[in-house]
Amino acid sequence: MSIFIDRNTKLVVQGITGRDGSFHAKQMLDYGTCVVAGVTPGKGGQRFENAVPVFDTVADAVAATGANTSVIYVPPPFAADAMMEAADAGIALIVCITEGVPVLDMTRVSPYVQDRNARLIGPNCPGLITPGVSKVSIIPGRICTPGSVGVVSRSGTLTYEVVYQLTRAGIGQTTCVGIGGDPINGTNFIDCLRAFEADPDTKAVAMMGEIGGTDEQQAAEFVRAHMSKPVVGFIAGQTAPPGRRMGHAGAIISGSAGTAAEKLEAFKAAGIGVAQRPVDFVPLLKERL
Amino acid sequence: MNIHEYQAKDIFRRYGIPVPPGEVATTADEAERIARAYGTGVVVKAQVHAGGRGKAGGVKLARTPADARAAAQQIIGMQIKGLTVPKVLVTPAADIASEAYAGVIVDRGSKRAVFMVSPAGGIDIEEVAATMPDRIMRLPVDPRYGLLPFEATRLGFFLYKNAKLAREAAKILRQLWQAFLGSGGSLAEINPLVVTTGGDLLALDAKMVIDDNELDRRPDIAALRDETAENPSELAARRANLTFIKLDGNVGCVVNGAGLAMATMDLVKYYGGEPANFLDIGGSSNPEKVVNALKIITRDPNVKAILFNIFGGITRTDDVANGIVAATRDAPLTVPMVIRLTGTNEEIAVQILQQHGFSAMTDMDEAVQKAVRLATGGKAA
Repeated sequence: MSIFIDRNTKLVVQGITGRDGSFHAKQMLDYGTCVVAGVTPGKGGQRFENAVPVFDTVADAVAATGANTSVIYVPPPFAADAMMEAADAGIALIVCITEGVPVLDMTRVSPYVQDRNARLIGPNCPGLITPGVSKVSIIPGRICTPGSVGVVSRSGTLTYEVVYQLTRAGIGQTTCVGIGGDPINGTNFIDCLRAFEADPDTKAVAMMGEIGGTDEQQAAEFVRAHMSKPVVGFIAGQTAPPGRRMGHAGAIISGSAGTAAEKLEAFKAAGIGVAQRPVDFVPLLKERL
Repeated sequence: MNIHEYQAKDIFRRYGIPVPPGEVATTADEAERIARAYGTGVVVKAQVHAGGRGKAGGVKLARTPADARAAAQQIIGMQIKGLTVPKVLVTPAADIASEAYAGVIVDRGSKRAVFMVSPAGGIDIEEVAATMPDRIMRLPVDPRYGLLPFEATRLGFFLYKNAKLAREAAKILRQLWQAFLGSGGSLAEINPLVVTTGGDLLALDAKMVIDDNELDRRPDIAALRDETAENPSELAARRANLTFIKLDGNVGCVVNGAGLAMATMDLVKYYGGEPANFLDIGGSSNPEKVVNALKIITRDPNVKAILFNIFGGITRTDDVANGIVAATRDAPLTVPMVIRLTGTNEEIAVQILQQHGFSAMTDMDEAVQKAVRLATGGKAA
């Protein structure tokens, strides 16, 4: 088992003929993901890699192929529209990889997607992977291995680092989800924790947060109140100065709020194992599995 | 992107918000001339991208043109929170009867833009929130409808009991919403919003922060960027498409990805060192980016060791290796360097580095410990 994506995932790639879209569509196909369609307006009728049909609209792609999941690689000015188009076409899970989506666009996308009962992951995220089954992401497939730890993170390469260390230590993953580094995103830590708690194959969760906002604090409260499975957490940005945007649009300490210290405090209070370093995930998870 | 007070006031003015007149001076002469033309007392205000200008001595009341000159002399070129003040705004002093606060920000929790108003103005809104939370009214805006007239009226009456002032404030709030939307803001703030002794409302100070992700589609707003007000290293980094933030330590860090970059800085600290910077070379790196990154880092005289931490996913580690070779061929390093790379094309990268006399490590913790040791004066391990 896994969360959000599994053997029934039928993927449409929005922006499949673009530079990033085509590169990663190929990688996902190679991994074994069931890529059923691509969308690029004006290129309907073509075939990607001589196999995947390309459509002009997501609605066409869904009607012809029954796609239920979409991954978005379109440039930032068009990303909000692409997310809303997917939701309108009845896609249940929308994963937006695009970095640089204006936050005011996201204030409009967020209720639109919610009203249509779709789940959005991202934007500005690496996507998600269920090792050995389905990859809807830019996460390198070879660093993951199937197993019983759920991984959720706001970051990209930091996730790779941790997953790589887990895999090397023989700790496999059910699903790895990158929820993205923007201030407004679709799926948050709590959504993933709830899904991992409900997934019978997930035995423990590794959670990587960072400075900015209160998502981790709320997640900690959720863990305390609603989770029976052990959670180990890490917060990046203990040395970050206040008021500066640390690469991710959402990674900023505003005034005195959103510091690593307050998040770590919340983790400890909720009984979450605190990894001081990325490498600490390995022993902390081994103790708990 | 931060913009200056005078630029935010220009935007506000365009949307009809009443703001006092003002002119910008980059020299004391100009400040004196502007003050003389107004023929009244003026306030000379530092234009700098840092909060707490007043406390730092960056805002001065000047009764005469000579005073304005003296104030500008003191303020232009002064340092506020590590930034040099490039210019001042000279504006007629207002007679103030009362001060309020009005602002709109993007709120992560509610995923909406949220208005905040308070009759307690002129002080930091965070302080008001902490000490007198009942003196703040918050109103999330439904993006489908924008700030509705009745909502603006509610906010107006929270600020002022007087119906005329409340209605005027409501109008200003609707204009503020349009200015915020029309500029791609992540924050727009009037603090203080004053009632003058003549009974008029006036936005005495203005602050706007623009969402960097809006700049591509708003060239007019992007043109407001004042490069003279930026830290020179950060400016060079931005021009090279790198995200760089200067810190006070001595271990220069070059990393791919924001989360890993922060985690690397934290690990430097964990092992007893201090990071000199945050630097993210981004996802699809090319050798050129690495060359620029090394140039920027080696410009900092505090840097005693350089640490590369690259996890190759989309980033090809051989690109990074080629960048390191190219950069050090042009300008040999005077400080030791530790290179950790793993992932895509790792074998090729290691080979390239070895051919040029560099060694590469694969373990993040070992690499960080070595860099800290080198920076703190230990001999090469």
